[in-house]
Amino acid sequence: MRPVYMISGGITKFAKARPDQDFRCMVKAALDYALADLGGRLTVREIDGSVISYFSDHFTRQLKAGAMVQDFVGMCPKPHVRIEGGGATGGLCFQSAYEAVASGRFNVCAAMGFETMSSVETWKGNDFIALASDTKFDYPLGGFYTGYYAMMAVRHMHEFGTTEEQMAKVAVKNYGNAVHNPFAQHRRAVTVEEVIASQMIAYPLRRLTTCVMSDGAAVCLLASEEQARKFCDQPIRIAGIGSGSDTMRMSDRPHGKVPLLPHESPDDYPHLKYPGVHSFRAGRNAASEAYAMAGITDPRAEIQAWELHDAYASAELQQYEDVGLCKYGASGRFADEGRGLLGGPHPVNPSGGLLACGHPVGATGLMQLVFNFWQCQSSIARHFGDAHCQVPNVQRAAAYSHAGTGTYVTISILEKP
Amino acid sequence: MATATRLPEPTHGPWVTNLDPLQFQWSFSVNYNVSYAQDSPFFHALAKRKLLGSECQACNYRYATPRTVCMSCGGATAWFELPTTGRVHSWTVCHFSGEPYLDQCPFTLALIEFDGVDTLFMTRVIGSGEDEMRIGMPVSAKFRRKKTWSVTDVYFVKA
Repeated sequence: MRPVYMISGGITKFAKARPDQDFRCMVKAALDYALADLGGRLTVREIDGSVISYFSDHFTRQLKAGAMVQDFVGMCPKPHVRIEGGGATGGLCFQSAYEAVASGRFNVCAAMGFETMSSVETWKGNDFIALASDTKFDYPLGGFYTGYYAMMAVRHMHEFGTTEEQMAKVAVKNYGNAVHNPFAQHRRAVTVEEVIASQMIAYPLRRLTTCVMSDGAAVCLLASEEQARKFCDQPIRIAGIGSGSDTMRMSDRPHGKVPLLPHESPDDYPHLKYPGVHSFRAGRNAASEAYAMAGITDPRAEIQAWELHDAYASAELQQYEDVGLCKYGASGRFADEGRGLLGGPHPVNPSGGLLACGHPVGATGLMQLVFNFWQCQSSIARHFGDAHCQVPNVQRAAAYSHAGTGTYVTISILEKP
Repeated sequence: MATATRLPEPTHGPWVTNLDPLQFQWSFSVNYNVSYAQDSPFFHALAKRKLLGSECQACNYRYATPRTVCMSCGGATAWFELPTTGRVHSWTVCHFSGEPYLDQCPFTLALIEFDGVDTLFMTRVIGSGEDEMRIGMPVSAKFRRKKTWSVTDVYFVKA
């Protein structure tokens, strides 16, 4: 496989609803943003093909919507494929585009994602999302993903003593960061008290520790080394990709041994039964694979910025542990100590994450990578009009894209060459 | 024979919710012919007030939710009868949900663990909310008298 670079990215402002633009227009806007950022040097003519991601045909009310995007942006008759993997759809799309360039099939590939969740009311959206759980054994019990994640959070609290207040601190951090991110849907700072007083959705997950539904699109442009140098002044290398999976039904998750990351030892977890329903085994698998490929032996020292999949504040805590930012069981303390804050030792979701930016499923994983690309380029100030969210001296930035209680996870690591 | 040169005018139309951009409502419903296929014996057993799990015939891994093939060794499984008492492994109370279940909120969801069984079973717990639900709480299975032929034909209550 040859080296692959990200050369540009674009995002639409995520919003509750975009009745003024359909999904094709939104993707076009994100693509145009990415092309404009290259100063017009790269045009659609030089893009060899695309990978297009969106989660749900139900939300789109249109089958083969990917083909319509390809058509709309003027890329026919070039190749394209649609990628779908629940909440991790965007991350999987990015990795598929990486493979297209790494294999030599394409020199320049567009990874383009979107979701239009405003096409139905929130409760119907919950129903569509719940159809991504086992429809014979899980869905009929109440059809609600927040409920599944809530059961994971309750078990995490039981195993490790994690508290609602620690989850609230994650939310406070992310909403606070997004005040400075013009692409975010929710741009109002909140307090721990406000989070804990917000409406209960599924114990212990509340309105302000649960992400909202959004309309939006995001695009990442990937290229071979030669093409990257031709079109981009500041290309960022894709240093590692990893992914993992887990059983669709949480009921089936095993209770075995913890697979260790390079900086961990078996003494760290003498008694922990893993993953149970408290941890994301797919996230750990994705981290192992991505770190090995990027040559990372201690992610705490070698990755300076993270975008984690905080669809729920509890899931961000769980993910600190999966990726080895702290040991299993230590994520609550990690939050208490403010280790994930901008200015802290391990900034997580400097963009505001899914809680604040929104979660238009097929765009989300690509959005994370656009933010990380800008972090590595040190160009956040130019794109946000505000340098607040820029992490200083980013050498590497990692993005964690995640589906259905951890049934798919991808981790993609960008590195300043 | 006269040829009609005029389309019949509709007597009802879409419900327009906004004029500019022009937005309207559209509905879609499907009757699926669903089969429980290889899992059918589980649902037959619920009608007989029994819970069936799957036991791997090669490595003896025991599943509280049916699986035809063992996820750890690939061996074929056989049905075995689960105990009708267990403990709460985790739980939540849903105050919001997807559209078909909104009128049932709040409801309690739980993952149940059974002695001697390696995996869990997801179910509703009836009659216990946030005040009462605890991890480790003993629960017992109850079965609907009139079957719906779904996994909701079994539910659990505090033992």
